[in-house]
Amino acid sequence: MPNKIFDKVAGNGLISRRHLLEISAAGLGMAASNSVLGADSGFNLEIPGWSRTPGPGPSAYGNRSPHTENFQRMTGFQNPTYPGGGSSRSPLQYLQGTITPNSLHFERHHAGVPDIDPVGHKLVINGLVRQPLAFSYEDLLKYQMVSRVYFLECSGNSGALLRGETGGTAQSLHGLVSCAEWTGIPLSTLLDEAGVLPDARWIAAVGADAASMGRSVPIEKALDDVMVALYQNGEPVRPGQGYPMRLFCPGWEGNISVKWLTQIKLTRGPAQFRDETSKYTDTLPDRSSYQFTFPMGTKSLITSPSGEMTLNQSGIYQVTGIAWSGSGRINRVEVSADGGQTWADADIQGHQLEKAVTRFTIPWEWNGGTAILQSRATDSRGNVQPTRSAVIADRGTVSTYHNHCIQSWEVNNTGEVINIYV
Amino acid sequence: MYKKAVLSLLAFCLASSSLVVNSQEKVRLGSPLSQEDLEGFDLIAAPDGSGFPAGSGTAQDGKAVYDINCAVCHGINGEGTTNNTVIVGGDIQSEGPPLRTVGSYWPYASTVFDFIRRAMPATAPKSLTDKQVYQVTAYVLFMNGIIQEEMELNADNLPTIKMPNADGFIDRSHIQ
Repeated sequence: MPNKIFDKVAGNGLISRRHLLEISAAGLGMAASNSVLGADSGFNLEIPGWSRTPGPGPSAYGNRSPHTENFQRMTGFQNPTYPGGGSSRSPLQYLQGTITPNSLHFERHHAGVPDIDPVGHKLVINGLVRQPLAFSYEDLLKYQMVSRVYFLECSGNSGALLRGETGGTAQSLHGLVSCAEWTGIPLSTLLDEAGVLPDARWIAAVGADAASMGRSVPIEKALDDVMVALYQNGEPVRPGQGYPMRLFCPGWEGNISVKWLTQIKLTRGPAQFRDETSKYTDTLPDRSSYQFTFPMGTKSLITSPSGEMTLNQSGIYQVTGIAWSGSGRINRVEVSADGGQTWADADIQGHQLEKAVTRFTIPWEWNGGTAILQSRATDSRGNVQPTRSAVIADRGTVSTYHNHCIQSWEVNNTGEVINIYV
Repeated sequence: MYKKAVLSLLAFCLASSSLVVNSQEKVRLGSPLSQEDLEGFDLIAAPDGSGFPAGSGTAQDGKAVYDINCAVCHGINGEGTTNNTVIVGGDIQSEGPPLRTVGSYWPYASTVFDFIRRAMPATAPKSLTDKQVYQVTAYVLFMNGIIQEEMELNADNLPTIKMPNADGFIDRSHIQ
Protein backbone atom coordinates (compact mmCIF):
# COMPACT_ATOMS: atom_id res chain seq x y z
CA MET A 1 0.00 0.00 0.00
CA PRO A 2 2.64 2.64 0.79
CA ASN A 3 3.65 2.69 -2.88
CA LYS A 4 0.11 3.08 -4.14
CA ILE A 5 -0.39 6.21 -6.25
CA PHE A 6 -3.77 7.79 -5.58
CA ASP A 7 -5.52 9.90 -8.22
CA LYS A 8 -5.03 13.57 -7.48
CA VAL A 9 -7.93 15.96 -7.99
CA ALA A 10 -6.18 19.25 -7.31
CA GLY A 11 -2.71 20.63 -6.85
CA ASN A 12 -0.26 19.77 -4.10
CA GLY A 13 -1.66 16.39 -3.11
CA LEU A 14 -5.46 16.55 -2.80
CA ILE A 15 -6.75 13.04 -3.44
CA SER A 16 -9.96 11.98 -5.18
CA ARG A 17 -12.83 11.18 -2.86
CA ARG A 18 -13.10 7.85 -4.69
CA HIS A 19 -10.16 6.70 -2.62
CA LEU A 20 -11.69 7.61 0.74
CA LEU A 21 -12.71 4.05 1.61
CA GLU A 22 -9.52 2.52 0.28
CA ILE A 23 -7.44 4.88 2.38
CA SER A 24 -9.34 4.30 5.59
CA ALA A 25 -9.45 0.54 4.98
CA ALA A 26 -5.71 0.54 4.52
CA GLY A 27 -5.30 2.41 7.77
CA LEU A 28 -3.19 5.08 6.17
CA GLY A 29 -5.26 8.00 7.38
CA MET A 30 -3.25 9.90 9.96
CA ALA A 31 -4.52 12.54 12.25
CA ALA A 32 -2.40 15.62 12.45
CA SER A 33 -0.86 15.43 15.86
CA ASN A 34 -0.69 18.08 18.46
CA SER A 35 -0.43 17.67 22.20
CA VAL A 36 -3.69 15.74 22.57
CA LEU A 37 -2.18 12.35 23.23
CA GLY A 38 1.52 13.00 22.96
CA ALA A 39 3.87 10.87 20.91
CA ASP A 40 2.63 7.67 19.28
CA SER A 41 3.43 4.93 21.75
CA GLY A 42 3.21 2.18 19.12
CA PHE A 43 1.34 -1.10 19.44
CA ASN A 44 1.35 -3.17 22.60
CA LEU A 45 -0.68 -6.31 22.14
CA GLU A 46 -0.48 -7.56 25.73
CA ILE A 47 -3.82 -7.70 27.58
CA PRO A 48 -3.93 -4.37 29.43
CA GLY A 49 -4.56 -3.98 33.16
CA TRP A 50 -8.02 -2.45 32.69
CA SER A 51 -9.14 -5.72 31.11
CA ARG A 52 -8.26 -7.55 34.31
CA THR A 53 -10.04 -5.48 36.98
CA PRO A 54 -13.71 -4.40 37.13
CA GLY A 55 -14.10 -0.66 36.84
CA PRO A 56 -16.36 1.65 38.85
CA GLY A 57 -20.11 1.18 38.46
CA PRO A 58 -22.71 3.52 37.01
CA SER A 59 -22.64 7.14 38.10
CA ALA A 60 -25.30 9.80 38.61
CA TYR A 61 -23.67 12.28 36.28
CA GLY A 62 -21.22 11.37 33.55
CA ASN A 63 -17.73 12.73 33.27
CA ARG A 64 -15.42 12.58 30.28
CA SER A 65 -12.26 10.53 30.17
CA PRO A 66 -9.37 12.11 32.06
CA HIS A 67 -7.44 11.64 28.81
CA THR A 68 -9.60 14.27 27.11
CA GLU A 69 -9.70 16.77 29.94
CA ASN A 70 -7.38 19.09 28.07
CA PHE A 71 -10.24 19.81 25.65
CA GLN A 72 -11.12 23.10 27.25
CA ARG A 73 -12.74 26.35 26.25
CA MET A 74 -10.33 29.23 25.98
CA THR A 75 -11.43 32.07 28.21
CA GLY A 76 -10.37 35.68 27.86
CA PHE A 77 -8.91 37.81 30.62
CA GLN A 78 -11.29 39.27 33.15
CA ASN A 79 -11.42 43.04 32.91
CA PRO A 80 -12.26 44.92 36.14
CA THR A 81 -14.22 47.52 34.16
CA TYR A 82 -16.35 44.76 32.65
CA PRO A 83 -17.35 42.39 35.48
CA GLY A 84 -18.50 39.04 34.11
CA GLY A 85 -18.05 40.26 30.54
CA GLY A 86 -16.08 38.40 27.89
CA SER A 87 -16.15 35.17 25.95
CA SER A 88 -14.95 31.60 25.88
CA ARG A 89 -14.09 29.78 22.67
CA SER A 90 -14.87 26.21 21.58
CA PRO A 91 -11.86 23.92 20.98
CA LEU A 92 -12.83 23.32 17.35
CA GLN A 93 -9.63 21.47 16.50
CA TYR A 94 -10.37 18.75 19.06
CA LEU A 95 -14.01 18.16 18.09
CA GLN A 96 -15.52 15.96 15.38
CA GLY A 97 -18.95 15.62 13.83
CA THR A 98 -21.18 18.68 13.98
CA ILE A 99 -22.67 18.91 17.48
CA THR A 100 -20.77 20.87 20.11
CA PRO A 101 -20.94 19.35 23.62
CA ASN A 102 -22.81 21.74 25.91
CA SER A 103 -19.82 22.05 28.22
CA LEU A 104 -17.69 23.26 25.30
CA HIS A 105 -20.21 25.51 23.52
CA PHE A 106 -18.79 29.02 23.15
CA GLU A 107 -20.01 31.74 25.48
CA ARG A 108 -20.27 35.51 25.30
CA HIS A 109 -21.56 37.40 28.31
CA HIS A 110 -22.07 41.12 28.82
CA ALA A 111 -22.44 41.14 32.59
CA GLY A 112 -21.70 37.59 33.68
CA VAL A 113 -23.97 34.57 34.08
CA PRO A 114 -26.97 35.30 36.33
CA ASP A 115 -27.86 32.70 38.94
CA ILE A 116 -31.54 32.32 38.03
CA ASP A 117 -34.08 30.40 40.08
CA PRO A 118 -36.62 29.34 37.44
CA VAL A 119 -39.45 29.70 39.97
CA GLY A 120 -38.73 33.44 40.18
CA HIS A 121 -38.22 33.91 36.44
CA LYS A 122 -40.91 35.31 34.14
CA LEU A 123 -41.17 35.79 30.40
CA VAL A 124 -43.23 38.91 29.72
CA ILE A 125 -44.76 39.80 26.36
CA ASN A 126 -45.97 43.39 26.16
CA GLY A 127 -46.08 46.44 23.92
CA LEU A 128 -48.24 46.36 20.79
CA VAL A 129 -50.28 43.30 21.75
CA ARG A 130 -53.96 42.77 22.47
CA GLN A 131 -53.17 41.41 25.96
CA PRO A 132 -49.79 41.67 27.75
CA LEU A 133 -48.91 38.28 29.23
CA ALA A 134 -46.47 36.71 31.69
CA PHE A 135 -45.33 33.11 31.41
CA SER A 136 -43.64 31.09 34.14
CA TYR A 137 -41.01 28.49 33.30
CA GLU A 138 -43.42 25.79 34.39
CA ASP A 139 -46.10 27.19 32.05
CA LEU A 140 -43.72 27.11 29.10
CA LEU A 141 -42.72 23.49 29.68
CA LYS A 142 -46.32 22.51 28.85
CA TYR A 143 -46.26 23.94 25.33
CA GLN A 144 -45.67 21.92 22.20
CA MET A 145 -42.00 22.24 21.26
CA VAL A 146 -39.88 21.84 18.16
CA SER A 147 -36.29 20.58 17.91
CA ARG A 148 -33.84 21.87 15.32
CA VAL A 149 -30.09 21.66 14.85
CA TYR A 150 -28.61 25.15 14.41
CA PHE A 151 -25.21 26.75 14.53
CA LEU A 152 -24.66 29.80 16.69
CA GLU A 153 -21.85 32.21 15.86
CA CYS A 154 -20.80 35.40 17.58
CA SER A 155 -20.61 38.23 15.08
CA GLY A 156 -17.12 38.97 16.41
CA ASN A 157 -15.87 35.51 15.44
CA SER A 158 -12.81 35.48 13.15
CA GLY A 159 -12.33 39.22 13.61
CA ALA A 160 -8.66 38.45 14.28
CA LEU A 161 -8.19 37.79 10.56
CA LEU A 162 -9.29 41.31 9.67
CA ARG A 163 -7.00 42.69 12.38
CA GLY A 164 -4.17 40.68 10.81
CA GLU A 165 -3.26 38.91 14.03
CA THR A 166 -0.40 36.47 13.59
CA GLY A 167 -0.43 32.85 14.69
CA GLY A 168 -3.39 31.31 16.46
CA THR A 169 -5.40 28.12 16.46
CA ALA A 170 -8.79 27.18 15.05
CA GLN A 171 -10.05 27.79 18.59
CA SER A 172 -8.39 31.14 19.25
CA LEU A 173 -9.22 32.56 15.82
CA HIS A 174 -12.63 30.99 15.11
CA GLY A 175 -13.88 29.40 18.33
CA LEU A 176 -16.92 31.66 18.70
CA VAL A 177 -19.04 29.23 16.68
CA SER A 178 -20.80 26.11 17.94
CA CYS A 179 -23.69 23.90 16.91
CA ALA A 180 -26.41 22.22 18.96
CA GLU A 181 -29.88 20.75 18.83
CA TRP A 182 -32.15 23.43 20.27
CA THR A 183 -35.61 22.57 21.56
CA GLY A 184 -38.18 25.16 22.39
CA ILE A 185 -41.46 26.88 21.65
CA PRO A 186 -41.88 28.72 18.35
CA LEU A 187 -42.04 32.38 19.36
CA SER A 188 -45.00 32.77 16.97
CA THR A 189 -47.05 30.53 19.29
CA LEU A 190 -46.56 32.86 22.26
CA LEU A 191 -46.95 36.03 20.18
CA ASP A 192 -50.20 34.64 18.80
CA GLU A 193 -51.47 34.09 22.33
CA ALA A 194 -50.74 37.73 23.24
CA GLY A 195 -52.27 38.91 19.94
CA VAL A 196 -49.87 40.98 17.83
CA LEU A 197 -51.37 44.33 16.77
CA PRO A 198 -50.97 45.42 13.12
CA ASP A 199 -48.58 48.29 13.94
CA ALA A 200 -45.98 45.97 15.46
CA ARG A 201 -42.99 45.73 13.11
CA TRP A 202 -40.21 44.73 15.55
CA ILE A 203 -39.76 42.95 18.84
CA ALA A 204 -37.36 44.12 21.55
CA ALA A 205 -35.95 41.15 23.47
CA VAL A 206 -34.36 41.65 26.89
CA GLY A 207 -32.41 39.26 29.11
CA ALA A 208 -32.46 38.95 32.89
CA ASP A 209 -28.70 39.35 33.27
CA ALA A 210 -27.20 42.31 35.16
CA ALA A 211 -26.85 44.23 31.87
CA SER A 212 -30.48 43.53 30.88
CA MET A 213 -28.93 42.97 27.46
CA GLY A 214 -31.39 43.79 24.72
CA ARG A 215 -31.71 43.32 20.98
CA SER A 216 -34.37 44.16 18.40
CA VAL A 217 -35.64 41.62 15.87
CA PRO A 218 -37.85 42.37 12.84
CA ILE A 219 -41.36 40.90 13.17
CA GLU A 220 -40.96 38.81 9.99
CA LYS A 221 -38.13 36.83 11.56
CA ALA A 222 -39.86 36.70 14.95
CA LEU A 223 -42.88 35.03 13.33
CA ASP A 224 -40.75 32.77 11.14
CA ASP A 225 -38.20 30.42 12.74
CA VAL A 226 -37.34 32.17 16.04
CA MET A 227 -37.91 30.06 19.14
CA VAL A 228 -37.82 30.40 22.89
CA ALA A 229 -35.26 27.66 23.53
CA LEU A 230 -35.56 25.65 26.74
CA TYR A 231 -33.33 22.67 25.91
CA GLN A 232 -29.93 22.31 24.31
CA ASN A 233 -28.80 18.87 23.15
CA GLY A 234 -31.56 17.30 25.20
CA GLU A 235 -30.89 18.91 28.59
CA PRO A 236 -32.16 22.19 29.99
CA VAL A 237 -30.20 25.10 28.50
CA ARG A 238 -27.18 25.64 30.74
CA PRO A 239 -26.70 28.87 32.72
CA GLY A 240 -23.95 30.04 30.38
CA GLN A 241 -26.38 29.65 27.46
CA GLY A 242 -29.35 31.37 29.08
CA TYR A 243 -30.98 29.08 31.65
CA PRO A 244 -33.88 28.83 32.03
CA MET A 245 -34.60 30.12 28.51
CA ARG A 246 -33.11 32.03 25.64
CA LEU A 247 -34.30 33.53 22.41
CA PHE A 248 -32.90 31.65 19.44
CA CYS A 249 -32.77 33.37 16.04
CA PRO A 250 -31.44 30.73 13.61
CA GLY A 251 -28.63 31.77 11.31
CA TRP A 252 -28.29 35.27 12.76
CA GLU A 253 -25.45 36.88 14.66
CA GLY A 254 -25.22 35.24 18.07
CA ASN A 255 -25.81 38.34 20.17
CA ILE A 256 -29.40 38.60 18.93
CA SER A 257 -30.31 35.22 20.48
CA VAL A 258 -30.83 36.93 23.83
CA LYS A 259 -30.01 34.70 26.80
CA TRP A 260 -31.93 34.57 30.10
CA LEU A 261 -34.88 35.90 28.09
CA THR A 262 -37.34 37.77 30.29
CA GLN A 263 -39.12 40.29 28.05
CA ILE A 264 -40.40 40.55 24.50
CA LYS A 265 -41.87 43.94 23.66
CA LEU A 266 -43.70 44.46 20.38
CA THR A 267 -42.77 47.84 18.90
CA ARG A 268 -43.06 49.95 15.74
CA GLY A 269 -39.33 50.43 15.34
CA PRO A 270 -36.13 48.97 16.74
CA ALA A 271 -35.35 49.95 20.34
CA GLN A 272 -31.82 51.02 19.29
CA PHE A 273 -30.18 49.24 22.19
CA ARG A 274 -26.48 49.79 22.95
CA ASP A 275 -25.67 46.38 21.45
CA GLU A 276 -27.22 47.22 18.06
CA THR A 277 -25.81 50.77 17.73
CA SER A 278 -22.51 51.22 19.55
CA LYS A 279 -21.63 47.53 19.22
CA TYR A 280 -22.19 44.89 16.52
CA THR A 281 -22.25 47.58 13.81
CA ASP A 282 -19.57 47.79 11.10
CA THR A 283 -17.93 51.05 10.12
CA LEU A 284 -16.94 51.13 6.45
CA PRO A 285 -14.00 52.89 4.76
CA ASP A 286 -16.21 55.95 4.02
CA ARG A 287 -17.11 55.97 7.74
CA SER A 288 -20.75 55.17 7.29
CA SER A 289 -21.67 52.09 9.32
CA TYR A 290 -23.73 49.00 8.60
CA GLN A 291 -26.41 48.41 11.21
CA PHE A 292 -28.53 45.28 11.71
CA THR A 293 -26.33 42.85 9.79
CA PHE A 294 -28.27 39.74 10.73
CA PRO A 295 -27.53 36.49 8.81
CA MET A 296 -24.00 35.21 9.37
CA GLY A 297 -22.06 34.75 6.15
CA THR A 298 -21.40 31.53 4.24
CA LYS A 299 -18.28 30.16 5.87
CA SER A 300 -16.01 27.18 6.34
CA LEU A 301 -12.87 26.38 8.23
CA ILE A 302 -10.39 23.49 8.20
CA THR A 303 -10.15 22.25 11.79
CA SER A 304 -7.48 19.62 11.08
CA PRO A 305 -4.73 20.18 10.16
CA SER A 306 -5.02 23.64 11.70
CA GLY A 307 -2.99 26.30 13.47
CA GLU A 308 -0.32 25.12 15.91
CA MET A 309 -0.65 21.45 14.99
CA THR A 310 2.38 19.60 13.61
CA LEU A 311 2.50 16.97 10.88
CA ASN A 312 5.10 14.47 11.99
CA GLN A 313 5.78 12.82 8.65
CA SER A 314 4.86 13.15 5.02
CA GLY A 315 2.01 10.93 3.84
CA ILE A 316 -1.74 10.88 3.74
CA TYR A 317 -3.87 13.00 6.06
CA GLN A 318 -7.58 13.54 6.35
CA VAL A 319 -8.28 17.21 5.92
CA THR A 320 -11.49 17.95 7.79
CA GLY A 321 -13.44 20.98 8.87
CA ILE A 322 -16.81 22.63 9.37
CA ALA A 323 -19.01 24.81 7.18
CA TRP A 324 -22.17 26.79 7.86
CA SER A 325 -24.36 29.55 6.44
CA GLY A 326 -26.89 31.86 8.05
CA SER A 327 -28.84 31.92 4.79
CA GLY A 328 -29.43 28.24 4.07
CA ARG A 329 -27.77 24.84 3.91
CA ILE A 330 -24.22 24.09 2.83
CA ASN A 331 -24.26 22.71 -0.70
CA ARG A 332 -20.57 22.36 -1.37
CA VAL A 333 -17.16 22.75 0.24
CA GLU A 334 -14.00 22.93 -1.84
CA VAL A 335 -10.49 22.50 -0.50
CA SER A 336 -7.20 23.80 -1.87
CA ALA A 337 -3.70 22.73 -0.86
CA ASP A 338 -1.90 25.29 -2.99
CA GLY A 339 -3.22 28.54 -1.56
CA GLY A 340 -6.29 28.75 -3.77
CA GLN A 341 -4.78 28.07 -7.20
CA THR A 342 -6.63 24.76 -7.63
CA TRP A 343 -9.63 23.37 -5.76
CA ALA A 344 -11.23 19.97 -5.20
CA ASP A 345 -14.68 19.13 -3.86
CA ALA A 346 -14.58 17.76 -0.32
CA ASP A 347 -16.83 14.95 0.82
CA ILE A 348 -19.71 15.93 3.09
CA GLN A 349 -19.59 13.83 6.26
CA GLY A 350 -23.05 13.55 7.80
CA HIS A 351 -26.01 15.87 7.40
CA GLN A 352 -26.50 19.11 5.50
CA LEU A 353 -29.14 20.95 7.50
CA GLU A 354 -30.40 24.53 7.17
CA LYS A 355 -28.40 26.97 9.30
CA ALA A 356 -26.43 24.15 10.90
CA VAL A 357 -22.82 23.08 10.87
CA THR A 358 -21.88 20.62 8.12
CA ARG A 359 -18.64 18.64 8.33
CA PHE A 360 -16.44 18.04 5.31
CA THR A 361 -13.43 15.87 4.70
CA ILE A 362 -10.95 15.12 1.92
CA PRO A 363 -7.80 13.00 1.83
CA TRP A 364 -4.55 14.79 1.15
CA GLU A 365 -1.03 13.56 0.59
CA TRP A 366 1.56 15.85 2.15
CA ASN A 367 4.82 15.61 0.27
CA GLY A 368 6.82 17.22 3.04
CA GLY A 369 7.04 20.59 1.32
CA THR A 370 5.20 23.84 1.89
CA ALA A 371 1.44 23.72 1.41
CA ILE A 372 -1.33 26.22 1.99
CA LEU A 373 -4.62 24.63 2.99
CA GLN A 374 -7.87 26.52 2.44
CA SER A 375 -11.56 25.68 2.32
CA ARG A 376 -14.37 27.50 0.52
CA ALA A 377 -18.08 26.95 1.18
CA THR A 378 -21.07 27.48 -1.09
CA ASP A 379 -24.60 27.56 0.34
CA SER A 380 -28.01 26.65 -1.08
CA ARG A 381 -28.60 30.23 -2.20
CA GLY A 382 -25.38 30.21 -4.23
CA ASN A 383 -23.45 32.40 -1.77
CA VAL A 384 -19.74 31.60 -2.01
CA GLN A 385 -17.31 32.22 0.85
CA PRO A 386 -15.04 35.15 -0.11
CA THR A 387 -11.28 35.53 0.18
CA ARG A 388 -9.86 37.76 2.89
CA SER A 389 -8.77 40.36 0.33
CA ALA A 390 -12.28 40.45 -1.14
CA VAL A 391 -13.77 41.06 2.32
CA ILE A 392 -11.27 43.82 3.04
CA ALA A 393 -11.87 45.44 -0.38
CA ASP A 394 -15.59 45.35 0.32
CA ARG A 395 -15.75 46.72 3.88
CA GLY A 396 -12.28 47.62 5.10
CA THR A 397 -10.88 46.82 8.51
CA VAL A 398 -12.19 49.62 10.73
CA SER A 399 -14.69 47.10 12.11
CA THR A 400 -14.10 43.40 12.43
CA TYR A 401 -17.56 41.96 13.08
CA HIS A 402 -19.22 39.62 10.56
CA ASN A 403 -16.07 38.30 8.93
CA HIS A 404 -16.53 35.09 6.96
CA CYS A 405 -13.39 35.05 4.83
CA ILE A 406 -11.37 32.02 3.81
CA GLN A 407 -8.79 30.88 6.37
CA SER A 408 -5.30 29.96 5.12
CA TRP A 409 -3.22 27.43 7.06
CA GLU A 410 0.35 27.06 5.90
CA VAL A 411 2.04 23.72 6.41
CA ASN A 412 5.75 24.50 6.33
CA ASN A 413 8.52 22.04 5.45
CA THR A 414 8.94 21.03 9.07
CA GLY A 415 5.26 20.15 9.33
CA GLU A 416 4.22 23.10 11.48
CA VAL A 417 0.76 24.49 10.69
CA ILE A 418 0.52 28.27 10.88
CA ASN A 419 -2.16 30.90 10.34
CA ILE A 420 -1.04 33.00 7.38
CA TYR A 421 -2.43 35.64 5.05
CA VAL A 422 -2.12 35.03 1.31
CA MET B 1 -55.38 -2.73 -4.10
CA TYR B 2 -58.80 -1.72 -2.78
CA LYS B 3 -57.88 -2.81 0.72
CA LYS B 4 -54.70 -0.76 0.56
CA ALA B 5 -56.62 2.33 -0.53
CA VAL B 6 -59.10 1.95 2.34
CA LEU B 7 -56.26 1.60 4.79
CA SER B 8 -54.53 4.74 3.57
CA LEU B 9 -57.82 6.63 3.69
CA LEU B 10 -58.31 5.46 7.26
CA ALA B 11 -54.76 6.54 8.15
CA PHE B 12 -55.40 9.92 6.56
CA CYS B 13 -58.61 10.43 8.56
CA LEU B 14 -56.87 9.51 11.80
CA ALA B 15 -54.03 11.91 11.07
CA SER B 16 -56.40 14.75 10.14
CA SER B 17 -58.62 14.29 13.17
CA SER B 18 -55.65 14.32 15.52
CA LEU B 19 -54.48 17.60 13.94
CA VAL B 20 -57.91 19.14 14.51
CA VAL B 21 -57.94 18.03 18.13
CA ASN B 22 -54.51 19.58 18.66
CA SER B 23 -55.45 22.95 17.27
CA GLN B 24 -58.62 23.06 19.39
CA GLU B 25 -56.73 22.20 22.52
CA LYS B 26 -53.99 24.77 22.03
CA VAL B 27 -52.15 25.48 25.26
CA ARG B 28 -52.74 29.05 26.43
CA LEU B 29 -51.14 29.58 29.80
CA GLY B 30 -50.00 33.21 29.76
CA SER B 31 -51.22 35.26 32.73
CA PRO B 32 -52.72 38.63 31.78
CA LEU B 33 -50.74 41.69 32.89
CA SER B 34 -51.93 45.23 33.51
CA GLN B 35 -49.94 48.39 32.73
CA GLU B 36 -49.37 48.71 36.49
CA ASP B 37 -47.74 45.27 36.59
CA LEU B 38 -45.31 46.40 33.92
CA GLU B 39 -44.16 49.58 35.64
CA GLY B 40 -40.70 49.13 37.01
CA PHE B 41 -40.25 45.97 34.92
CA ASP B 42 -40.31 47.33 31.36
CA LEU B 43 -37.19 49.54 31.31
CA ILE B 44 -36.88 49.95 27.53
CA ALA B 45 -36.44 53.65 26.64
CA ALA B 46 -36.59 54.05 22.87
CA PRO B 47 -35.96 56.81 20.29
CA ASP B 48 -39.72 57.25 19.80
CA GLY B 49 -39.90 58.58 23.37
CA SER B 50 -41.56 55.49 24.77
CA GLY B 51 -40.42 54.15 28.12
CA PHE B 52 -38.89 57.30 29.60
CA PRO B 53 -39.78 57.75 33.26
CA ALA B 54 -40.78 60.93 35.06
CA GLY B 55 -37.99 63.13 36.32
CA SER B 56 -35.25 65.32 34.89
CA GLY B 57 -31.63 66.28 35.38
CA THR B 58 -28.86 68.63 34.25
CA ALA B 59 -25.19 68.09 33.50
CA GLN B 60 -24.37 70.47 36.36
CA ASP B 61 -25.98 68.03 38.78
CA GLY B 62 -24.73 65.03 36.85
CA LYS B 63 -21.05 65.70 37.48
CA ALA B 64 -21.19 64.63 41.13
CA VAL B 65 -23.12 61.44 40.28
CA TYR B 66 -20.70 60.69 37.47
CA ASP B 67 -17.58 61.30 39.58
CA ILE B 68 -18.78 58.85 42.23
CA ASN B 69 -20.26 56.10 40.04
CA CYS B 70 -18.68 56.29 36.60
CA ALA B 71 -15.26 57.97 36.64
CA VAL B 72 -13.47 54.94 38.09
CA CYS B 73 -13.85 53.17 34.71
CA HIS B 74 -14.68 55.97 32.27
CA GLY B 75 -12.15 58.52 33.57
CA ILE B 76 -12.90 61.88 35.15
CA ASN B 77 -13.45 63.46 31.71
CA GLY B 78 -14.81 60.40 29.91
CA GLU B 79 -11.38 59.62 28.50
CA GLY B 80 -11.67 56.00 29.63
CA THR B 81 -9.36 53.65 31.48
CA THR B 82 -9.36 50.96 28.76
CA ASN B 83 -10.05 50.98 25.00
CA ASN B 84 -13.63 50.02 25.66
CA THR B 85 -14.49 52.68 28.24
CA VAL B 86 -13.78 55.89 26.30
CA ILE B 87 -17.09 57.76 26.06
CA VAL B 88 -16.03 61.28 25.08
CA GLY B 89 -14.35 62.68 21.99
CA GLY B 90 -13.29 61.09 18.73
CA ASP B 91 -14.11 61.99 15.16
CA ILE B 92 -15.73 59.43 12.88
CA GLN B 93 -14.05 61.09 9.85
CA SER B 94 -10.57 61.18 11.37
CA GLU B 95 -7.61 59.76 9.51
CA GLY B 96 -6.65 56.32 10.74
CA PRO B 97 -8.96 54.18 12.82
CA PRO B 98 -11.68 56.48 14.21
CA LEU B 99 -12.26 56.70 17.95
CA ARG B 100 -15.90 55.72 18.31
CA THR B 101 -17.56 57.13 21.42
CA VAL B 102 -21.01 58.27 22.54
CA GLY B 103 -20.21 61.64 20.94
CA SER B 104 -18.62 60.49 17.69
CA TYR B 105 -20.59 57.30 16.98
CA TRP B 106 -23.82 56.70 18.88
CA PRO B 107 -26.80 57.55 16.66
CA TYR B 108 -29.46 58.07 19.35
CA ALA B 109 -29.47 59.96 22.67
CA SER B 110 -32.18 57.58 23.91
CA THR B 111 -29.62 54.75 23.88
CA VAL B 112 -27.42 56.60 26.37
CA PHE B 113 -30.25 56.85 28.89
CA ASP B 114 -31.52 53.34 28.17
CA PHE B 115 -28.10 51.73 28.57
CA ILE B 116 -27.12 53.64 31.72
CA ARG B 117 -30.44 52.91 33.39
CA ARG B 118 -30.31 49.17 32.73
CA ALA B 119 -26.63 48.26 32.62
CA MET B 120 -24.57 50.88 34.47
CA PRO B 121 -22.60 51.21 36.66
CA ALA B 122 -21.17 47.84 35.63
CA THR B 123 -20.56 46.72 39.22
CA ALA B 124 -24.07 47.68 40.39
CA PRO B 125 -26.49 48.01 37.45
CA LYS B 126 -29.90 49.58 38.15
CA SER B 127 -28.63 51.17 41.37
CA LEU B 128 -29.10 54.76 40.13
CA THR B 129 -32.42 56.55 40.54
CA ASP B 130 -34.22 57.73 37.39
CA LYS B 131 -33.25 61.28 38.31
CA GLN B 132 -29.59 60.29 38.57
CA VAL B 133 -29.81 58.55 35.18
CA TYR B 134 -31.14 61.79 33.63
CA GLN B 135 -28.32 63.70 35.33
CA VAL B 136 -25.54 61.35 34.20
CA THR B 137 -26.97 61.18 30.67
CA ALA B 138 -26.95 64.98 30.56
CA TYR B 139 -23.36 65.07 31.82
CA VAL B 140 -22.12 62.55 29.24
CA LEU B 141 -23.86 64.49 26.45
CA PHE B 142 -22.45 67.75 27.82
CA MET B 143 -18.89 66.38 27.95
CA ASN B 144 -19.33 65.50 24.28
CA GLY B 145 -20.43 69.05 23.45
CA ILE B 146 -23.91 67.91 22.42
CA ILE B 147 -25.98 69.84 24.99
CA GLN B 148 -25.49 72.85 27.25
CA GLU B 149 -24.50 72.36 30.88
CA GLU B 150 -27.72 73.86 32.21
CA MET B 151 -30.14 71.99 29.92
CA GLU B 152 -32.74 70.14 31.96
CA LEU B 153 -33.14 66.73 30.28
CA ASN B 154 -36.51 65.01 30.61
CA ALA B 155 -38.75 62.45 28.93
CA ASP B 156 -39.90 64.97 26.32
CA ASN B 157 -36.67 66.59 25.15
CA LEU B 158 -34.15 63.78 25.59
CA PRO B 159 -35.37 61.64 22.65
CA THR B 160 -35.35 64.71 20.36
CA ILE B 161 -31.63 65.46 20.78
CA LYS B 162 -29.86 64.93 17.47
CA MET B 163 -26.58 63.07 17.81
CA PRO B 164 -23.61 64.04 15.57
CA ASN B 165 -23.49 60.63 13.83
CA ALA B 166 -27.28 60.19 13.61
CA ASP B 167 -27.16 59.91 9.82
CA GLY B 168 -24.08 57.69 9.76
CA PHE B 169 -25.81 54.31 9.67
CA ILE B 170 -27.03 52.08 6.85
CA ASP B 171 -29.96 49.91 7.92
CA ARG B 172 -29.49 46.37 6.63
CA SER B 173 -32.40 44.80 8.51
CA HIS B 174 -34.18 43.97 5.23
CA ILE B 175 -31.49 41.35 4.53
CA GLN B 176 -32.88 38.38 6.41
